[in-house]
Amino acid sequence: MLDWLVAHVVPIVFYTAAVLVVAGAIGVIWFRNPIHAALSLLATFLAVAGLFVLQHAEFIAAVQIVVYAGGVMVLFLFVMMLVNVRTLPREYQYVRSLLPAAVVTGGFLAAVVAAGLFARSYLAAADPAALTAVEGQTMGNTEAVGWVLYRDFLLPFEVVSLVLLVAMLGAIVMGRKDRREEDAGEEAR
Amino acid sequence: MNMDLRADLLALLPELTLTAGALVVLLAGVGGGGRRHGGLAVTALASVGLTAIALKIAVDVSEAGRLFFSGMFVLDPFAVFFKVLFLLTAALAPLLSRDYLERHDYRPGEYHSLVLFATVGMMVMASGTNLASIYVGLELMALSTYVLAGYFRREVKSHEAASKYFVLGALSSGVLVYGLSLLFGELGSLDLAAMAAALGGAERTPTLLTGMALLACGFLFKVAAVPFHMWTPDVYEGAPTPITAFLSVGPKAAAFAIFLRVFLGGLEGLTPYWVWLVGGSAALTMIWGNLAALTQDNVKRMLAYSSIAHAGYALLGLLAGSELGVQSVLFYMLVYLVSNLGAFGFVILLESRGYAGETVADYAGLARRQPLAAFGMLVFLLSLGGIPPTAGFMGKLYVFAAAVNAGFVWLVVVAVVMSAVSLYYYLRIAMQMYLREGQEGEGAEVLAAPWTARAIGVCGVFVGIIGVYPAPFAAAARTTAALIGVTLP
Repeated sequence: MLDWLVAHVVPIVFYTAAVLVVAGAIGVIWFRNPIHAALSLLATFLAVAGLFVLQHAEFIAAVQIVVYAGGVMVLFLFVMMLVNVRTLPREYQYVRSLLPAAVVTGGFLAAVVAAGLFARSYLAAADPAALTAVEGQTMGNTEAVGWVLYRDFLLPFEVVSLVLLVAMLGAIVMGRKDRREEDAGEEAR
Repeated sequence: MNMDLRADLLALLPELTLTAGALVVLLAGVGGGGRRHGGLAVTALASVGLTAIALKIAVDVSEAGRLFFSGMFVLDPFAVFFKVLFLLTAALAPLLSRDYLERHDYRPGEYHSLVLFATVGMMVMASGTNLASIYVGLELMALSTYVLAGYFRREVKSHEAASKYFVLGALSSGVLVYGLSLLFGELGSLDLAAMAAALGGAERTPTLLTGMALLACGFLFKVAAVPFHMWTPDVYEGAPTPITAFLSVGPKAAAFAIFLRVFLGGLEGLTPYWVWLVGGSAALTMIWGNLAALTQDNVKRMLAYSSIAHAGYALLGLLAGSELGVQSVLFYMLVYLVSNLGAFGFVILLESRGYAGETVADYAGLARRQPLAAFGMLVFLLSLGGIPPTAGFMGKLYVFAAAVNAGFVWLVVVAVVMSAVSLYYYLRIAMQMYLREGQEGEGAEVLAAPWTARAIGVCGVFVGIIGVYPAPFAAAARTTAALIGVTLP
């Protein structure tokens, strides 16, 4: 029994995590209580991290947990608890014909997944050694990621920082009170 | 300092300068109650000027034909030509916007700084030789323009424009990245040269072709080609008019830059497959863009459909593919840029009836009241319509000639017929200006906007010079076209 477990640990972990990913994703749209939906999303995030570990991408797994499960999720929960929404009201849906939409979207997704599986059957598997090797040297996964990110992809990495700055700027421009409203507020004071 | 990094940073000098300028404008805009319209516009203009000098320095000191940042960035004449176009757009944008912002009472700081950030993104796109650097440049440009489209927050239409542009733009980015990931999976690299090399022996698998098709769809969205054009009229109508002018030339030219570089550089081996996709889209774009423009009463919407149609003409140059084709697209972009910015300049000047309320009927009798303005508008309309001796005629001539040489006669027939159709809606405005009487107090008044008038003047000079004496501009385009194949073997 133990031998069997050891021999099959990779498929067992994979299928457990895969089921958790899908179940968590379904849960996000299934639960009417936003907190439950958010916690369900957390399960998806953690299971995805597990899949990354299975692929020997330890650094991305850690980032997945720290940034998504840690940062993003805490932010979600904070907002929900501040706004204090218990359950979502049953609203009238804008899309009247949900069934055709669901069939089309689901069919498209199935086609894409099928194409992926089909492609996988004749493509060479990715080389796991590539995740830790840089210029012939073997190093840790984190080191390898850093090496690639700050050397080969230095320019895109730096431009992304500008993208984030613009995103922040955009949020402020869009979210700030109008100057006329501000002026009116000052006069009222 | 590492010698490599030093060379890399020198090649990146224009982008660094413009980023610094954008940050200065942003910080300067915070103080003074955000009302220093003239000062901020001049600062933005000055940083564009410094960037032009930096570009000259970067070109002079950089080794020709070299790749920087480990194959991510190139400073070939193709990139330089587009960067000059972007800088021209970025220089005209503050001029067009200054009076407009003051009139509508919006803060200029963030506005000008976002325009400059979008320009940095476009410059990175033009220089990108790796799909990763091209994509981040694209996102920088796109994100800035989403915000700019919604900058007039007291206008409902501006909200509509921003949300439509954002949602559809994000969707198209998703499609583009999905295509990119499929190509990466099949070819094992995002580097255009490596992709072209890998394509040599690669089997034409469905995954590869799907990736290419999705990438093409993403690019067609960005150049606003039919059937990915639905966002254009609403966004162009709702966005602040100077931003509409900016959107219709800058991001469109940038999208053409990456379209040319990726499809003629990296994916040239797949030409038999994408030529039908892009050719069909070009034909639909020319037909639908021009037919839909016929029925528009709002001038901004009409110019939006006209810009869709112009993307269709420019796609002919991409299809032609040869050096002649690339050269014709570059030249066309220059011509289209000055003609369209000029026409939008007049829309800004004539917007006396408040936001987005400009109809064709507003132009009635303009020639009697403002003969100079009417004549200027006429020149830009004729240039957009492609009538000699304006620049637009030369632009179309080169593109059509390239397409005929490459054997796309049926597409050129479509293009010529549709150009004739386009004259109807361009001349409709001219007819209103010159032949209609215009009831007293009904037509639009020309607003006093000296900065906008200056920008229009610059465009008008370009339209005139290129139309009469196109040789130096065509020669500039020619030197760049020869090199697109050299840097991307």
